[in-house]
Amino acid sequence: MGNMLLEVRGLKIGATIHPPGEKSRDIEIVKGVSFTLEKGRVLGLIGESGAGKSTIGLSSMAYGRGGVRITGGEVHVNGRDILKLSPRGLRAVRGAEVTYVAQSAAAAFNPAKKLMEQVTEAAVHHGRCSREEAEKRAVVLFKKLGLPNPETFGNRYPHQVSGGQLQRAMTAMALCPQPDLVVFDEPTTALDVTTQIDVLAAIKDAIRDTGVAALYITHDLAVVAQVSDEIMVLRHGEMVEHGETDQIINRPAKEYTQALVSVRSIEHQEKTLAAPVLTVDGITARYRGTKFDVLSDVNVSLAPGQTLAIVGESGSGKSTLARVITGLLPPSAGKIDFAGRTLSRDLAGRSRDDLRELQMIYQMADVAMNPRQTVGTIIGRPLEFYFGLKGEAKRKRTQELLDQIEMGAGFIDRYPAELSGGQKQRVCIARALAAKPKLIICDEVTSALDPLVADGILKLLLDLQKAEDVAYLFITHDLATVKAIADSIAVMFKGRVVRYGTKTEVLTPPFDDYTDLLLGSVPEMRLGWLEDVLSSRRMESAGN
Amino acid sequence: MHPILKLVLQRLALGCLLLVAASALIFAGTMILPGDVAQSILGQSATPQALANLRAELGLDVPPVQRYFDWLGGVLHGDLGTSLTNRLDIADTMGKRLGNTLFLAFWAAIISVPLAIFLGLLAVRYEGRWPDKLISGVTLASISIPEFLIGYVLIYFIAVKLRMFTTVAMINDGMSLGEKLNAIALPVIVLTLVVLAHMMRMTRAAILNVMQSAYIETAELKGLSSFKVIARHAFPNAIAPIVNVVMLNLAYLVVGVVVVEVVFVYPGMGQYLVDHVAKRDVPVVQACGLVFAAVYICLNMIADIVSILSNPRLRHPK
Repeated sequence: MGNMLLEVRGLKIGATIHPPGEKSRDIEIVKGVSFTLEKGRVLGLIGESGAGKSTIGLSSMAYGRGGVRITGGEVHVNGRDILKLSPRGLRAVRGAEVTYVAQSAAAAFNPAKKLMEQVTEAAVHHGRCSREEAEKRAVVLFKKLGLPNPETFGNRYPHQVSGGQLQRAMTAMALCPQPDLVVFDEPTTALDVTTQIDVLAAIKDAIRDTGVAALYITHDLAVVAQVSDEIMVLRHGEMVEHGETDQIINRPAKEYTQALVSVRSIEHQEKTLAAPVLTVDGITARYRGTKFDVLSDVNVSLAPGQTLAIVGESGSGKSTLARVITGLLPPSAGKIDFAGRTLSRDLAGRSRDDLRELQMIYQMADVAMNPRQTVGTIIGRPLEFYFGLKGEAKRKRTQELLDQIEMGAGFIDRYPAELSGGQKQRVCIARALAAKPKLIICDEVTSALDPLVADGILKLLLDLQKAEDVAYLFITHDLATVKAIADSIAVMFKGRVVRYGTKTEVLTPPFDDYTDLLLGSVPEMRLGWLEDVLSSRRMESAGN
Repeated sequence: MHPILKLVLQRLALGCLLLVAASALIFAGTMILPGDVAQSILGQSATPQALANLRAELGLDVPPVQRYFDWLGGVLHGDLGTSLTNRLDIADTMGKRLGNTLFLAFWAAIISVPLAIFLGLLAVRYEGRWPDKLISGVTLASISIPEFLIGYVLIYFIAVKLRMFTTVAMINDGMSLGEKLNAIALPVIVLTLVVLAHMMRMTRAAILNVMQSAYIETAELKGLSSFKVIARHAFPNAIAPIVNVVMLNLAYLVVGVVVVEVVFVYPGMGQYLVDHVAKRDVPVVQACGLVFAAVYICLNMIADIVSILSNPRLRHPK
């Protein structure tokens, strides 16, 4: 037992929920989970949202987020049950023996304080070393994590550095007190793929060099396969499977794990090009009051019943292009032809048919719906607005649409809060479909969803495309999604289309530099992928 | 130019503009007041000739626009004019009164602002538990009771029964600081009770709002004590809303203390203004209005500037 760092026995975690229109009730989030972690090992916790992985991770610091309470079991850190500690004893564990790296470092850093002060705070507070020593250690960590100008990096404020850098700084903050265990809670989920790979490599190196043990929480199996020694699969607060990484990835025993490993199973045959329904012709646009173009000379087109995927990292202008096409942002140059006519530059000049035939689905389904309206009202609104349907006719058509999105009769009177994430997105799809559009712009519609749920949404979109002959402009940063759904692809970088063509053309070498980087950064579900990519990149840069 | 310097200069320019606008409003306001100074000085039995003479002597026959600019020009040179009723230089008389008011406001602020912020922090620390409820209850009760009543109650219990401090807060130049403080102790307590609740509740609300942020969780997971989390991580991010309320209350301490000054017979601006309104002494009323407007605008400008300075995004642009 000398090597045992963390031992969790029969952990039960509960919370009180307040569903709208019902009495509050207690639910169990984690239903008796047990596992152990030896010193210096990395355990990946994987599962869909709601599986309880973050909750379990935080329980290793005896912390419950929001109204979450640990209701039973034992959590031993370094041989003592921290659930039995006094608040003061607990504070001595937090930030000293166990530290935490949050999903969104941008939100987890205090905007009013310099990075150095925050990175060294825990080490100094717990008396692990003097401020000078802590600062020296922080600089070493900054260097190790590949941050620019490590000597002066700490003098900056959080808003002065990029998201990827903040995530590394957060890792430095967690490692600075020299803890025994670090809890990484989805540390790369909020980053672009091209940034994720560097941060992932930095975290992996830091874990190896410092010999710290880690709980690595993520929903992305391909990511966790790169960093962890063993993996525990969770579902609905229960353990599905726990084993060495190699076994989980290559020889999963349980059906659920197999489904996770083989996700993205959609085969989509690309269609041949036809006369376009949408032509974006030389669009250049900038936001009011700014001095640089967010889009410069963008030319793409899209045939009826087909899917054009727009890929690129955040800030590349993908969503701006959607805003220009919908008329929310009038372009400074260029024109948009749609269904044989030229669309007015701004929204006010567009006819009701222009509006009807061009619909949108958003990333965040829950903020795209009025929480005080029922599903029936939400889907019925475009039916009434565009087609003048009322009463029984409207209800009948609404039900037809609900059937199309594979949601039964019981849903028409429900409120959005009573739906799951995937169901909400389906309602948004039905609302867009209700207008009988020729084109639907899908802006990152699956990014906020778990992989299995996202897969269902993509299958539904493809089925609907076949049935309704609707074209999709599919904006995403996720290349796996692109492969699954696209007929043609436009790769965007800094407001320009750097590569454009059919799916086969775009995904067949030779690549331009940026597309190569983008494609090479998508994590693959095999062991050693991270090392392979990094070493091939090093060889390239050495060769240049 | 550094963006923050630009923002601050913008605020200063806006403040000056606002002050000019306020002066015009004050002047126009006193112009349309009913009544006539000459009439009120000479009484109902005055002959038309005597009234006309007095008006000419007081400069009341000049067109209002010209009078406004004459007045404004004087103000810019530090000349606030002469009182119509006692022929004394307004700047001199008011200087002393303003000094007294600021003296009282200063001590009330020194006690109430730190106390309010500390109580706000304490209420957050024990949110929903009895210290929070006690603090909220007491401060709310004190703001709900009219200040003159608190004043008389304090006079009765503290000054009359316990024989501490004085009932009348008269101060003059001959007194030492200790004597002055002894004299103003009761009005300071009353003012503190009046402004405490507002500032304390805003502090509490602003910090509670910040306490929802992810970085507070980060601080808690570093093992910091609750009070350290609140004071070191939450408070710096709640400064802007707190400063705004603090400044509004400081302005109240200067311009809104008429009732307290009357209760304690304190020779401050409030009494001065009330006396001269009753006598229709327009230049004095105008001067007082202008000084009050300047205090208000200045304090709010300071609040704006502190808010700007407390924002690291503005202080340290990318």
